[in-house]
Amino acid sequence: MNDPAGAPALSEIAIKPLKHVNGAAHRWVAFIVMVAFFALAPTFIYPVFLMKVMCFALFACAFNLLLGYVGLLSFGHAMFLGIAGYAAAYVAKEGLNIEAIRLGTIHIPLNIALPPFTPELAILTGVLAAAILGYVAGLLAIRRQGIYFAMITLALAQMVYFFCLQAPFTGGEDGIQAVPRGKLFGVIDLSDVKAMYATVFVIFIGGFLVIFRIIHSPFGQVMKAIRENEPRATSLGYDTDRYKLIAFVLSATLAGLAGATNALVFQLAALNAVHWTMSGEVVLMTLVGGLGTVFGPVVGVLAVLGMENYLAQLGAWVTIVQGAIFVICVLTFRRGIVGELARWIKKPL
Amino acid sequence: MSSRLKLCVAAAFAVSAAGAQAQYSDNVIKIGVLNDQSGTYSDLAGPGSTVAARMAVEDFGAAKKGMKVEIVVADHQNKPEVGSSIARQWFDVDKVDVIVDVPTSSVALAVNQIAKEKNKVLLVSTGASVDLTGKACTPNTIHWTYDTWSLANGTGTAVVKTGGTTWFFLTADYAFGHSLEKETEAVVLKNGGKVLGRVRHPFPSSDFSSFLLQAQASKAKIIGLANAGADTISAIKQGAEFGIVKGGQQFAGLLVFLTDVHAIGLDKAQGLLLTESFYWDLNDQTRNFSRRFAKLHKGAMPTMGQVGVYSSVLHYLKAVEALKSDADGAKVVAKMKELPTDDVVFGKGLVRQDGRKIHPMYLFEVKKPSESKGEWDYYKLRSTIPADQAFRPEKEGGCPLVKG
Amino acid sequence: MSEVFGIPTQALFGQLLIGLINGSFYALLSLGLAVIFGLLNIINFAHGAQYMMGAFCAWFLLNKLGLSYWWALLLAPLIVGATGVVIERLMLSRLYKLDHLYGFLLTFGLALMIQGLFRHEFGSTGLPYSIPSALEGGQNLGFMFLPNYRAWVIVSSLIVCLGTWFMIEKTKLGSYLRAATENRELVQAFGINTPRMITLTYGFGVALAAFAGVMAAPIYSVSPLMGADLIIVVFAVVVIGGMGSIMGSIVTGFVLGLAEGLTKVFYPEASNVVIFVIMAIVLMIKPAGLFGAEK
Repeated sequence: MNDPAGAPALSEIAIKPLKHVNGAAHRWVAFIVMVAFFALAPTFIYPVFLMKVMCFALFACAFNLLLGYVGLLSFGHAMFLGIAGYAAAYVAKEGLNIEAIRLGTIHIPLNIALPPFTPELAILTGVLAAAILGYVAGLLAIRRQGIYFAMITLALAQMVYFFCLQAPFTGGEDGIQAVPRGKLFGVIDLSDVKAMYATVFVIFIGGFLVIFRIIHSPFGQVMKAIRENEPRATSLGYDTDRYKLIAFVLSATLAGLAGATNALVFQLAALNAVHWTMSGEVVLMTLVGGLGTVFGPVVGVLAVLGMENYLAQLGAWVTIVQGAIFVICVLTFRRGIVGELARWIKKPL
Repeated sequence: MSSRLKLCVAAAFAVSAAGAQAQYSDNVIKIGVLNDQSGTYSDLAGPGSTVAARMAVEDFGAAKKGMKVEIVVADHQNKPEVGSSIARQWFDVDKVDVIVDVPTSSVALAVNQIAKEKNKVLLVSTGASVDLTGKACTPNTIHWTYDTWSLANGTGTAVVKTGGTTWFFLTADYAFGHSLEKETEAVVLKNGGKVLGRVRHPFPSSDFSSFLLQAQASKAKIIGLANAGADTISAIKQGAEFGIVKGGQQFAGLLVFLTDVHAIGLDKAQGLLLTESFYWDLNDQTRNFSRRFAKLHKGAMPTMGQVGVYSSVLHYLKAVEALKSDADGAKVVAKMKELPTDDVVFGKGLVRQDGRKIHPMYLFEVKKPSESKGEWDYYKLRSTIPADQAFRPEKEGGCPLVKG
Repeated sequence: MSEVFGIPTQALFGQLLIGLINGSFYALLSLGLAVIFGLLNIINFAHGAQYMMGAFCAWFLLNKLGLSYWWALLLAPLIVGATGVVIERLMLSRLYKLDHLYGFLLTFGLALMIQGLFRHEFGSTGLPYSIPSALEGGQNLGFMFLPNYRAWVIVSSLIVCLGTWFMIEKTKLGSYLRAATENRELVQAFGINTPRMITLTYGFGVALAAFAGVMAAPIYSVSPLMGADLIIVVFAVVVIGGMGSIMGSIVTGFVLGLAEGLTKVFYPEASNVVIFVIMAIVLMIKPAGLFGAEK
């Protein structure tokens, strides 16, 4: 079999010529442009659409953390988005009522009976669910690399999909409907579009900054070292499996944050968020925007969701166009929009 | 997103006339057909529903009456999130007054909430969930054509009464399949039938051979298919391969549309029992209507979901005309409940307080290839379930709108 | 009548036989993936779409040209295989110097396009395709009624799988293939046209998928999305097998078909996930898969 290590690593092509450029000023400019855009856009773009964009942008950034900076292509990231959405929607609507846990003959009485959660606690529950799932899936998936890693995450996500379809609390095909947005910290009523928008905005910018911080921390440097050359990172004494697992869980957790927020925005949690087409979509968004660039996923999400929104009338053409964009990106446009832009201004973005 | 609106208009059909004297919001009544234009349900709803809505506007004579009616269409891809984005945008930005059709229960239930929140109107035709007139009922929604209860009841009762006393269920293993099975089982037992067994198959399944063997081994007279779409089609086709019908057993489809039978073909579907609220060959009126429809829709006869769109749009326009206003969704629906319904497809009927449209349902048997006189000649009528027995009694649904 | 866990042994035989039929499809598809992966190091995501194209090709040949199932069995793999050759020449060949994940992403995009186009053209309800008259009816085996067509599926897929194994492991052509899998440059240095060999290999792998598609046409409905979910199951089969050997992928395919068949009897609700569960267990015990070598 050919040795995969002989080929250049994914996204290496995108990063390499720019690696030695220093300076962060232009990044702050880009960041301010982004913040200003999302702060002002609701005056001329439909806010619910923008909230969807921000949730998916966070999702894509979380995904990019894994693919762009550790070089692991997860083809099952929808499972984190979906499971967090289900968990958040469920506790926000029903609260938490567990009488007891039965494991075979063992009977552990718990008598938990909590009323419906406030939005911030619901989101936290969703994030926690995604983190736990991320840990379990990560333990299995990081045992293999490259294409195998992609196939394993895909298969695990399919398992989660069937679980969500059949589990009693998810409402099967109907999903969890009519989820109340509730009052943030018991005070701010989120059924007001402006309040909801502000909340999503804060969550998105917060999540984005966390990812930015991770990438530029010592931990982020080790991640990149693993992407460039895993054997060398191992020989330098890094426990690469542990790093990969932590990166996987972090990515899953942030994807969960996006999923839980999204569920509150749309007031529902449904199966399509866990389906493998969603996993494919996030890969597409990141690829279009630019793998391994900080701002790429955000631009990619705007481009892809915008396109979907305008093509919604055309039915099957949405998939055809998506597929064509995939093919074109892979063949000729591997750096993505932001990657090309960065090359043009000769600075990393 | 206003260019989205332009796109909608481009894909839309407008009946325009000047000088509207009544108070319609933005001087135009805007109808949004929200369904699956490209996926699993595109044949039984899809573009055909748009055709039906257009026919309703024409037959109502909106142009002559000086009412400006516009139809917009969107594909919800069977994803509740996509469906609810479109619905919100339609109500908020594009000033759509009423959304019709909405197959896929998850999307219908999501839009149901939004229509109530924005005080607009939702007329569900292809969506099946009986919850729409039960615990999820709202003053803004009417469930038009059929629901899971009426199908289970129709098929269950009629089959047991005509000798199909022992049942085996092939059930899709998710909420929809379970509720269909539960409702049918209750009806079968009530009528003195027996359930010999059941198997829950994963959803979706492409291979039913294993489950069919289990059904065959049960020796039940009737194999109830508590599933839908591609699953039902596969089960019936493979049933023919394993000689189920030749062995003396009979399939009862709990959610089968005319287009499904068309896809299976008569040689394999023959003998299948099913319940629908409409068939093109019922009487002269339905035949005339369906031929007109087929001319506009690639020669395909309408499904009950599609004619439901026709019937619901027609009645909506009548209510708006009577009110001279489309501004308040709840008021329009209240008017629709007040006025009796009458049209060529379902005949005379009414809308109940819980939002349930009432009309007869029919039990059909799929013809043998030798009995069919040509394309689309598929059903023979086994029995008619009268309107007052066809749907779940109002009091059993738990809809808060029903008083006493 | 004797019983195993409350199920009559005779019924159990029937179910095992049916599991074997599904296993035939898994084996054919995972074999195609293994052949492609061996030489191109690409996981062909479009495999499910190409399986679907095989079925549609059979439908076209019958309804537009009046050519029977038997012709389709021969022609459909050739036609779809030829489209595979075009794809390899125009697109995949430009990616060999890059990370192999790009090949995965490219074929994913192709799968979306192909499925979308077919859905646009034919809707998703599916088209009917009848069992060839020579294989209609069935045998009463005492413990079950076995349709002739199903028996044919097992036999013919076994023949194709073993034939492929023989060609790769026992012939000279196969030895070149295996050598090129080990070291492409070296084989090229010996004067063998490896780029053409790679192209033809991809075409052959695709043809296997199309063959499976023709086999499936009379049993499952011919629909644009028939391969979309199947391919994910086959990926899991591939991960379990490990793609270390041709025989490995064949054996894994059949064995997992059996495992799935048994689940349908004892716990039908789980039959969609059982292969994924097995995959998780195998990964914990033997990360390289049952037949894979740890690198």
